[in-house]
Amino acid sequence: MRVVEKRQLLSAEEIGRTLQRLAHEIVEKSGGTKDLALIGVRRRGVPLSQRLAAIIRTSSSVTVPVGTLDITLYRDDLSTVAHQPVVQSNEIEFSVDGRDIVLVDDVLYTGRTVRAAMNGLFDLGRPRRIRLCVLIDRGHRELPVEATFIGSTVQTSDTEIVEVRLQEIDGEERVMLVDRVS
Amino acid sequence: MLQRLQHLLGIENLTREQITFILDQSKPFQEFQRHPLKKLATLRGKTVALAFFEPSTRTRISFATAAARLGADTMNLQAESSSLRKGESLLDTVRTLEAMRPDGIVIRHSSSGAPHFVAERLEVPVLNAGDGTHEHPTQALLDALTIRDRKGKLEGWNVTILGDILHSRVARSDIQLLGKFGTRITLCGPAMWVPRELESLAPKIHREPRIERALDEADVIIVLRVQTERMHEPALAAEEFILGYQLTAERLRLARPEALVLHPGPMIRGLEIDPVVADGTQSCVLEQVTNGLAVRMALLYHLVGGAPVDEPHPAKERSSAAD
Repeated sequence: MRVVEKRQLLSAEEIGRTLQRLAHEIVEKSGGTKDLALIGVRRRGVPLSQRLAAIIRTSSSVTVPVGTLDITLYRDDLSTVAHQPVVQSNEIEFSVDGRDIVLVDDVLYTGRTVRAAMNGLFDLGRPRRIRLCVLIDRGHRELPVEATFIGSTVQTSDTEIVEVRLQEIDGEERVMLVDRVS
Repeated sequence: MLQRLQHLLGIENLTREQITFILDQSKPFQEFQRHPLKKLATLRGKTVALAFFEPSTRTRISFATAAARLGADTMNLQAESSSLRKGESLLDTVRTLEAMRPDGIVIRHSSSGAPHFVAERLEVPVLNAGDGTHEHPTQALLDALTIRDRKGKLEGWNVTILGDILHSRVARSDIQLLGKFGTRITLCGPAMWVPRELESLAPKIHREPRIERALDEADVIIVLRVQTERMHEPALAAEEFILGYQLTAERLRLARPEALVLHPGPMIRGLEIDPVVADGTQSCVLEQVTNGLAVRMALLYHLVGGAPVDEPHPAKERSSAAD
């Protein structure tokens, strides 16, 4: 599959400012941070959740626990692929029971990843509440899923892909809109 | 790119990379065993046939639990109650199973090569749960995982295998796996149970009839079950075996200080192993059981999951779950 870059959606600086705003929103709209926890969805939700926790720590002096969730085993499309994708472990050191969880991911699209993530969380316990924080909401939902904290909403077509590139994983920092080319 | 495994028939034809991949993939399933809710929908709708033509409790339960936790259903065939007793051939039994369209077959059989026989004839992934005296690959994999976890790595250890090695498929699989990772292997047991031919199974391997020498510098000791049905052979009485080859606490001290003690089970306390050793801090037997579950889940996930081989599924333009 070949892709051609169409345009940049967020620069490195814009990503930084967006995360600052999201972190403050999370604290404001949580009615207290006592039970709050951030869980990043592999892969790119992970560095995003860690950065949000770091911003919250710096600005509010509150340490919010952060965990990592791997949703591979909960995907709804495993029986359609020839090779099973590689599984990775979760890394959640705290109990999710009674927690006010904010799931963090880079892009919200059909909503299937979030559905899988919720299934994964419910296997670990019973959170008090789960809300979703994403850097980009690109529309085209196939399930009734919504995000509470949204960095930026972008109109996209079916052939386009939103590529979030983060320093920790991609060695660069920007959000690109790319198009599939046959 | 790792060659996709279709069957798990033995350690013999697995590469080091494939073995490492299976061990790495077992880790998330180790973590899974600590979840409050141990039930996935990953293999929902899939059926795993458990064809155990030889009695087995631990391996069968382990595979059955692994399948269930992945959300799969199981078909249970057990030798005592099977139509084999009525004279049905292996091939016919297996064809009958195939007609019920399982998505995977786990097979244990008293004939070496039975899983290969089945794999050659059916379209379904086959996992070897022990064939004759040939191999028991999942046992070797869980032993390797146990060693890697406790010791930090799998390469380069001194491993002593103790007991009736001649009749042990576990030993053959262990030897072949460890041999691929630069292990120095010492085989120790009564002479007629440790034939020279076993030395061809791995690069750095030798036989040592005296247990004290065999344990010197050992990092890992794998104690094999004494198959008591053979104790009636004129050559060896239980008392003689215990005297020469039981792993006692005193003998364990001859090995390296943090040496691990592994046993595939079931143990006969007081025969091949001193109860003090079996229950001591160096004993890994319970971890082996937990690791066995993780390894079998990883194998079932990769081999039984996915699109059926003979029914091409329409390729999806976009990966739904990555959105």
